[in-house]
Amino acid sequence: MPHEEPSGGIDRRDLLAGAGLLAAISLAPPVQAQPVAPAAPLRDEAWLALNPGEAALLGALVDRLIPADALGPSASEAGVVVFIDRQLAGAWGAGARLYRSGPFRRGKAEQGYQLPLTPREYFSAGLAALDPWARGRFGAPLERLSGEQCDAALHALEKGEADLGGIDPRGFFEALLAITVEGFFADPLYGGNRGKAGWKLLGYPGLPATYAQAVKTRKGRPYAQAPHSIEDFL
Amino acid sequence: MTVKLKPVDAVIVGMGWAGSIMARELTRAGLHVVGLERGPLRRPSEDFTLPGIRDELRYAVRQELFADTSTETLTFRHARGEEALPIRRWGAFTPGTGLGGAGSHWNGMHWRYLPYDLNPRRHIQERYGRGAIAPEMTIGDFGIEWSEIEPYYGRFEKLCGVSGKAGNIGGRIIAGGNPFEGARGGEFPNAPLERTSAGELFVDAAQTLGFRPFPLPASNASSAYTNPEGARLGACTYCGHCERFGCETNAKASPNTTLVPALLAEQRFTLRSGAWVSQILYDRHARKARGVAYTDTASGETYEQPADLVIVAGYVFTNTKLLLTSGIGRPYDPASGKGAVGRNYAYQTGGGVQVFLKDAALNPFIGAGALGTNIDEFNGDNFDHGGLGFFGGATIGVTSGGGRPIGYHPVPPGTPRWGGAWKQAAHDWYGRTLSIGASGASYAHRDNYLDLDPTYRDALGQPLLRMTFNFRENDRKLAAYATEVTKKIAAAMPGVAAIAPANPRGDFHVVPYQSTHNTGGTIMGADPHSSVVNRYSQSWDADNLFVLGASVFPQNTSYNPTGTVGALAYWAADAITRRWLKSPVALA
Repeated sequence: MPHEEPSGGIDRRDLLAGAGLLAAISLAPPVQAQPVAPAAPLRDEAWLALNPGEAALLGALVDRLIPADALGPSASEAGVVVFIDRQLAGAWGAGARLYRSGPFRRGKAEQGYQLPLTPREYFSAGLAALDPWARGRFGAPLERLSGEQCDAALHALEKGEADLGGIDPRGFFEALLAITVEGFFADPLYGGNRGKAGWKLLGYPGLPATYAQAVKTRKGRPYAQAPHSIEDFL
Repeated sequence: MTVKLKPVDAVIVGMGWAGSIMARELTRAGLHVVGLERGPLRRPSEDFTLPGIRDELRYAVRQELFADTSTETLTFRHARGEEALPIRRWGAFTPGTGLGGAGSHWNGMHWRYLPYDLNPRRHIQERYGRGAIAPEMTIGDFGIEWSEIEPYYGRFEKLCGVSGKAGNIGGRIIAGGNPFEGARGGEFPNAPLERTSAGELFVDAAQTLGFRPFPLPASNASSAYTNPEGARLGACTYCGHCERFGCETNAKASPNTTLVPALLAEQRFTLRSGAWVSQILYDRHARKARGVAYTDTASGETYEQPADLVIVAGYVFTNTKLLLTSGIGRPYDPASGKGAVGRNYAYQTGGGVQVFLKDAALNPFIGAGALGTNIDEFNGDNFDHGGLGFFGGATIGVTSGGGRPIGYHPVPPGTPRWGGAWKQAAHDWYGRTLSIGASGASYAHRDNYLDLDPTYRDALGQPLLRMTFNFRENDRKLAAYATEVTKKIAAAMPGVAAIAPANPRGDFHVVPYQSTHNTGGTIMGADPHSSVVNRYSQSWDADNLFVLGASVFPQNTSYNPTGTVGALAYWAADAITRRWLKSPVALA
């Protein structure tokens, strides 16, 4: 048998060129932030993964998790439903990096997620189960409940006091809270955190290239700079 | 059909820190070396660039740089007799993949072990008596003395341009450094990083209590640095994106920046990425490794790479699984206590407090992965363990790693987890909160081990590795003790509004992130019946097989393992190039 080089072999010169060590490049922060588009109403969104009912239901839920107040916009006003839709439509929503071989068994909580569902399928199943449960419990679909009733529904999920069929209500609540927080604080590139609302809430300045001076000059004093996102650097 | 490749002098499985160091030393000694890396290439100047590298969702949350669990993961259970289920997505720990391994996205905490950590069994028996160690605590000794390994620690620090302050040079204790460290040959290559406000608060409180804080040794270069391989590191920008991210300034030492350029300029070295090694080819009769078999992950083609010397330098789980699937050594059986492969899997424990300050401006987004200040009064055996009911300790400190908002938006205890009150608290406390952490040792236990899962398979059709693990009494007592210390330090800070201690250690949970400091499975020792490699990392079952990485640690300490992984790789490389190449026999 002839000896062969495997196709995984790579050209040494490509790597040498790529791996050249560059001295630290200081990327100057932009002079001013890009103007911020106002939050668009949900009905104007074209959904990639959600159906309109799911989008409306999510909007009602996430706006109780992060409501509008004097500190800033609600989760949906900051684009969190758009963020969730795009996440579910993309590779993560389709189960990228998720081990999906069976058998699928119900384990201990400490063994983590064990369902065969991708995140997109999981949210779809959870929202579908939520609607009949809420109608039974409150006499109306969730998106038509008062704020207090919606909070009561969320508390019931959080405590595991809801019947969502095969979906553990606590697990569904934690997944919903996690993706809401992600959408509120992730770089605006992903459709949430509109106007950097999440970053402004915290006082997080986004991603200046360097704090080499600030680490010395801002000890004990607020940094107090308007936040910059990935897009602002392009 | 499997393609048989031309034999080479040495083949290395895994091109992280240990594999890259060994590749460099073997090619320097004149060997032709093939390095096999399962994951992709990672070229900092192409792959770790601004502004996209600052994307918290992509890197920190969606795990861009970690090993892909869809193709291979572990199964986990707390105890024998339970059914292990797959870890379907990384949580508690996050193994790396690709050129540089986890060394391309680590924090850069670059510790040396305490001299005690090298041989704790011997030390505990000498100080506390031969019966002091419970039979189920199966801790062991590396069998390497401090004076032997110290030069290799120094060599690895110079490679990485580590920033720090020596506390003990040649036996002379130096103010400002760690007074408990083993005597070192010289000062750190770089001065300490600039301390943050949170670090200064910790220094003041710790000194008030009589402790001696010191800068955490950081592979985040405080100033531009050229290492002995001629690689240039930039100065750290305190951007707060180390752990889970690549570094665009090359201030964070990685194999990719410190070693790979020199390695790729070497004609005797060949790198193959996308090469998933499925087996070590083992001649049981001759007790020799003949090479490795691997699958090209792009084409699915399988290859055999014959080699005179086989170096297994993957992550803890990869190394252990490869020996088990290749039938090398006797698998550990917890019922009888016999066998060695998979024995003494260990993790880490810990505790700490969150401290909420009435009036502070901590700017938590300013940071670096290893920008920390620590005390070691409660680490190793630096304190009397008489009557405590546990051995080992914790390194305690404040690290300013960067308060990235998805992962970090602290609220005081008692705050609702969502709604308007949560929102108000997140706004109020983001800049006024710090954490005092205690990173604690986890000592080996008879019932914590690794073996092959009977049910679940990887993408190549091989069994997944099965982890049987839980925190033991030693871990729980140690964590509780260390958390009490952090509470005292917190109480000595000015203007404390609230202190939130970590919950007591419950059962191990695979979801919340804890530490990617898994150790053991192919441990080092003096007895071939209870260890897998001798003190030079050479297999007891094949003189031409060496296993590198934290899988050789007989138990885990409180410290991050990378400093010791690198030092042991240089130590083994010296034994191979100076002794084994002249006489390829058992070195111990």
